[in-house]
Amino acid sequence: MSKLFSEKTKQVFLGPLSKNNPIAVQVLGICSALAVTANLKPALVMGISVTIIVAFSNVIISLLRNTIPNRIRIIVQLVVVAALVTIVSEILKAYAYDVSVKLSVYIGLIITNCILMGRLEAFAMGNKPWESFIDGLGNGFGYAVILIIVGFVRELFGAGSLLGYRIVPQSFYDAGYMNNGLMMMPPMALIILACIIWVHRAKNKDLQEK
Amino acid sequence: MENIASIFVKSIFVDNMIFAFFLGMCSYLAVSKNVKTSLGLGVAVIFVLVITLPINYLLEVHVLKEGALAWLGDGFRDLDLSYLAFILFIAVIAAMTQLVEMAVEKFSPSLYASLGIFLPLIAVNCAIMGGSLFMQQRAFNNVGEATSYALGSGVGWMLAIVGLAAIREKMEYSDVPAPLRGLGITFITVALMALAFMSFSGLKI
Repeated sequence: MSKLFSEKTKQVFLGPLSKNNPIAVQVLGICSALAVTANLKPALVMGISVTIIVAFSNVIISLLRNTIPNRIRIIVQLVVVAALVTIVSEILKAYAYDVSVKLSVYIGLIITNCILMGRLEAFAMGNKPWESFIDGLGNGFGYAVILIIVGFVRELFGAGSLLGYRIVPQSFYDAGYMNNGLMMMPPMALIILACIIWVHRAKNKDLQEK
Repeated sequence: MENIASIFVKSIFVDNMIFAFFLGMCSYLAVSKNVKTSLGLGVAVIFVLVITLPINYLLEVHVLKEGALAWLGDGFRDLDLSYLAFILFIAVIAAMTQLVEMAVEKFSPSLYASLGIFLPLIAVNCAIMGGSLFMQQRAFNNVGEATSYALGSGVGWMLAIVGLAAIREKMEYSDVPAPLRGLGITFITVALMALAFMSFSGLKI
């Protein structure tokens, strides 16, 4: 067991959660991160789906890495990812139909999610399967964490609920509290993400630009 | 004919790829540092969209949809291949970008030199794949409508990236708080642009 969780794999796993976060630092996979976060539930499902897909495509590509011809590697990677995404999307359609309707095209868009291509190119092509799996998990969680924060803030202030359950009590509304409709609009996702980056970089001075 | 024109205008302003759906954000943020390169990338995106979307539309209508294979004979009448959509679409897109890259390299080396690095990246641009998936969802009536949707989305994407690049060029000289510099302030700029574009949402044509 000690070999499985060496210092390096720990680094590989923990790095993407903060210092090397795929969204806040590497700026990968923004597209879907913003569009599905109006409510917490789709954000959660999206985070889990991406984590699974990144981890397993990392493993598959890492196993194949010595047999893939360099010139057509992007197509090979895309096909592997597309196959995994198809499986996940069919499973979602079967067991969580309402969420899959809400996520609509964004499940399909995981294929072109830059996190996947970025990790496959940068990590899986040059590392062993086990480390690639850990790297995929780490990056998936790093992505999910941001999605969950944004989804949490947007649903709490935009609809007064979390995961569909009412959080803000009725007495607040009676006293004149109102849901912030702007939170449900797409631009707010960008502003919340900007705030996350702001806080994150204020804490980690070495990440600041220029 | 009106339908085609209205799809075109709508996909530029109301259903803008960037501001309404956040598609193609990665390259949008990474390449929008100056107007000239962002214009080049915008043109490349339009180009690839206009080529791949009609092809995917034909594939969808004649191969993938439920009962679409009826032209092969009665035995194929109730075949539903729509679960193959993701793989087929992405294969078409990746193959087409490769082809476009080779064609541009051969016939216009100067354009290739300026676009060079971006062309392979377009294969993984969400806007291209998103265009095909939205096409599948919206079920257009004919190829003309699908093409005009592709053109409109491409133009909308280019408009957005050139606008952002122009703002970022000006912003070079402003005093932004250190943690927000770079990425943070860009997000806020995009959010404000998206808010402005929301004023088109009541547009009726």
